[in-house]
Amino acid sequence: MFIPNTLEDQKIMLAKTGAKDIKELLAQIPQEFLYPALDLPKALTEQELSAHVQELAAKNKPLKNFIGAGMYEHFIPAAIPALSSRGEFLTAYTPYQAEASQGTLQTIYEFQSCMCALLNMDVATASHYDGATAMTEAALAAHRITGRKEIVVSTLLHPHYKEVLQTYTRHMGITWVEAKVTNDGVLDLEALKAQLNDQTACFILQTPNFVGHLEDAQAISSAVHSVGALLVAVVNPISLGVVQTPGEYDADFAVCEGQPLGNPVSFGGPGLGVMTAKKAYVRQLPGRMVGIAKDKDGKRAFVLTLQAREQHIRREKAASNICSNEALCALNAVIYLTLLGPKGLKEVAQLNLERAHALAEKINAKSGFTVNTKTPFFNEFVVQCPIPAAEVIKKMEAKGIAAGYDLGRLCPQMKNCLLVCATEMRTPEDLQAYVDALGGI
Amino acid sequence: MQEILKNELSIEKSRPGRRGVCFAQTQKQAADYLPAGLLRKSEPNLPQLSEFDTVRHFTRLSQQNYSLDAQFYPLGSCTMKYNPKAYDVLSALPGFANAHPFAPESAVQGTLELAYNLQELLKKVTGLAAFTLQPAAGAHGELTGILTARAYHDTHNGQNRTEVIVPDTAHGTNPATANMAGYQVVNIKSAPNGCVDKEALKAALSEKTAVVMLTVPNTVGLFEPEIKEIADLVHSVGALLYMDGANFNALIGLAKPADFGVDIMHLNLHKTFAAPHGGGGPGSGPVGAAAHVAPFLPHPIVSLKNGQYTLADERPESQNRMKAFYGNMAVVIRGYCYLRQFDKDMLKTIAQNAILNANYVRACLKGKFNAFFDRNCMHECVLTPPDPHTTGVHTSDIAKRLLDYGFYAPTIYFPLIVPEALMVEPTETENKEMLDAFVAAMEQIYNEIQTNPQVVKDAPHNQPVKRIDEVSAARQPNLRW
Ligand SMILES: Cc1ncc(COP(=O)(O)O)c(C=O)c1O
Repeated sequence: MFIPNTLEDQKIMLAKTGAKDIKELLAQIPQEFLYPALDLPKALTEQELSAHVQELAAKNKPLKNFIGAGMYEHFIPAAIPALSSRGEFLTAYTPYQAEASQGTLQTIYEFQSCMCALLNMDVATASHYDGATAMTEAALAAHRITGRKEIVVSTLLHPHYKEVLQTYTRHMGITWVEAKVTNDGVLDLEALKAQLNDQTACFILQTPNFVGHLEDAQAISSAVHSVGALLVAVVNPISLGVVQTPGEYDADFAVCEGQPLGNPVSFGGPGLGVMTAKKAYVRQLPGRMVGIAKDKDGKRAFVLTLQAREQHIRREKAASNICSNEALCALNAVIYLTLLGPKGLKEVAQLNLERAHALAEKINAKSGFTVNTKTPFFNEFVVQCPIPAAEVIKKMEAKGIAAGYDLGRLCPQMKNCLLVCATEMRTPEDLQAYVDALGGI
Repeated sequence: MQEILKNELSIEKSRPGRRGVCFAQTQKQAADYLPAGLLRKSEPNLPQLSEFDTVRHFTRLSQQNYSLDAQFYPLGSCTMKYNPKAYDVLSALPGFANAHPFAPESAVQGTLELAYNLQELLKKVTGLAAFTLQPAAGAHGELTGILTARAYHDTHNGQNRTEVIVPDTAHGTNPATANMAGYQVVNIKSAPNGCVDKEALKAALSEKTAVVMLTVPNTVGLFEPEIKEIADLVHSVGALLYMDGANFNALIGLAKPADFGVDIMHLNLHKTFAAPHGGGGPGSGPVGAAAHVAPFLPHPIVSLKNGQYTLADERPESQNRMKAFYGNMAVVIRGYCYLRQFDKDMLKTIAQNAILNANYVRACLKGKFNAFFDRNCMHECVLTPPDPHTTGVHTSDIAKRLLDYGFYAPTIYFPLIVPEALMVEPTETENKEMLDAFVAAMEQIYNEIQTNPQVVKDAPHNQPVKRIDEVSAARQPNLRW
């Protein structure tokens, strides 16, 4: 059982405290509040609990998933959960006592290193809550660094990311502007240039953007920097196996949702906020970082470092309030990248390109459905449907397929637009099944 | 075992051409799909290891770690209680793990039902009117709560409320949160008994106060005996009372925060509700609100309409979204398991045993490591060492020495009002033998402080590394390979 101490143990312990009964220990709680009525269900045994929760899990329908929109289903090698579920990792906490936590600390150092390598950036933190909060905190850092109060975002930034940015900044006197997009579903560079000015703290670039298209990051970066603003890049980590990196286009901060790196979609959480930056901004980064130190004998050791940014030292002057992060998801990510290496990462990225492009072509061949394949994309694209996307989704669900994300949720003009994703998880047979099912609509 | 091999980084073990995972071959290359200008120019410097190399590397790293499963972990304020294995299995069920957040709601009814059920159970154990499961951790819950209060004040002519009052015992996240939410932090001193100084609070309260943040029980492990009067004072100026529920393990089943006037609070599923801490996360920090504040909680909240669970959320006052999607579902599942495995009487017993265990440790160590506030405590006790001015031995030394004896260290130097604090939270899941062993180790260290202080100051002696010079890391930060 959960409580090991027997009544006999408890009696001995109570005697040691000098209290005559447990109520004496509770005397601090005013009598009027003690032992309230509580209408809770009957306790379940482990066996009953297990049956009950399995029954709930079985109420979720296992659809063939073609939805991305910020959370992506990828292959998770068995070694990842086998290693990260080890109690030595799973049941430890923040490595405050570094000497007894070298394992956790070294994995974080390796995670930071892998993130820097992947995104081509100078420094990375130990993790943030998710992509949206990492992006928002990067924008806040840009605001602090530049002293400017305007944040420009692409219209095609993930809608939840926009909402989180609003939540975090609406009381700060920060204004934010949406940069226009072209009919091809990418940023309108000329319009963006007109919207950037000496009040712009940063521009938030998402590439691939919410509708899956890759942006001309290099040109955007130059435009942003020409007004003295900072560039915050939001990327898809798997795409970086083949796609140009934030470091290559001189991003100041680069963030991503790291879930695709070895973590399940899990209804959207936990995610993994990956936060990287140029070296110059390291002291503006929120949350924990691990660095190399020496022990008394001069031996290499790992510790939490640069803590003078953090809430437990700086309190109201801290860069952020973050304390617990997403360490276990970061562990999954570093194991994933260690297993794949540079070759595996490139392979999986190419496989995503191949499957998504194959599906796009197949759909294009169906009468009534069109995909804009002119604009470069990675593993996600928009299908123009002859009927509202919501109806397509409903009909496909009946055939066991989660068809995509209904872009009509964002704006009514896009009600016939379906955002479809095919990762390496979707086999050629799955792609065929998808178009066959579309045919029946 | 050669030390070298044991401590190499993965990148140092890397050999070109090795790999752990292969994927199906593609017919075409990236350049066939994307214009040259959009391609990655150089390969990332990632390790190249076989699967076995990788498994051995991370297995070895796991072994260079103290963890709750292997060690007593009396980390105060963190509630390092046993994390039942059943919850690990259940939270990883493919039905949950593969549920996409944008799947049709009809396809994710199981996940939504579970979330709804947990919301309902949390309402019951706190007495509050509504809960959101969105926040990813305690601090994230705090920010959610304070922004919820801001939204509440904005619609109640409270735009001129610019201050948040925080006692000096508060966790660092409290003032940091208030600042992030755009408020000025007003710190108030605690009374000599470790609780809120009512006069100081009165002096600080005004029509400018938006929120008062209190941790209950507080971070010195004491319940605020005058909590109701405090709540009344807060409400009398139109401010809201926020409760940091990090320490709810001491209260669950014993008292409901709504009864003593709490307007908003967060809970930590990774503390009170037995979800594992994952080496630093992920956590989950559900936020509850009383009826008058509930409309301002961030959306979405799961509701039940016509027999269907839905995220469609009709609360026009709610403007906030705190993160993408809906919450750390894998952690939420564990919290739900916990509340289904224990009923009213068992929860009460759990809280009482958490309190008993803390008081037992406190009583056993009395005379050697005295509690800073010498009276009965709740679920944790804050101890102090013999005077470091005379012994030369500090709390940090004692913490390191405990590692030698096979125990993780308590939380140290927190709360800030207790000099050289050692905050011990044993939790209810430790047995008496373990507590006795911990007490014996502490007594041994006490003796060492008298007779051989150097052995304590040089600790640890049997860890993978010796005492680390933390300053050496900050001088020229090396944060990556
Ligand atoms: C009293 C208190 N409040 C808030 C927090 C922050 O919680 P989290 O780490 O989940 O963000 C902690 C964490 O240790 C705490 O002890």
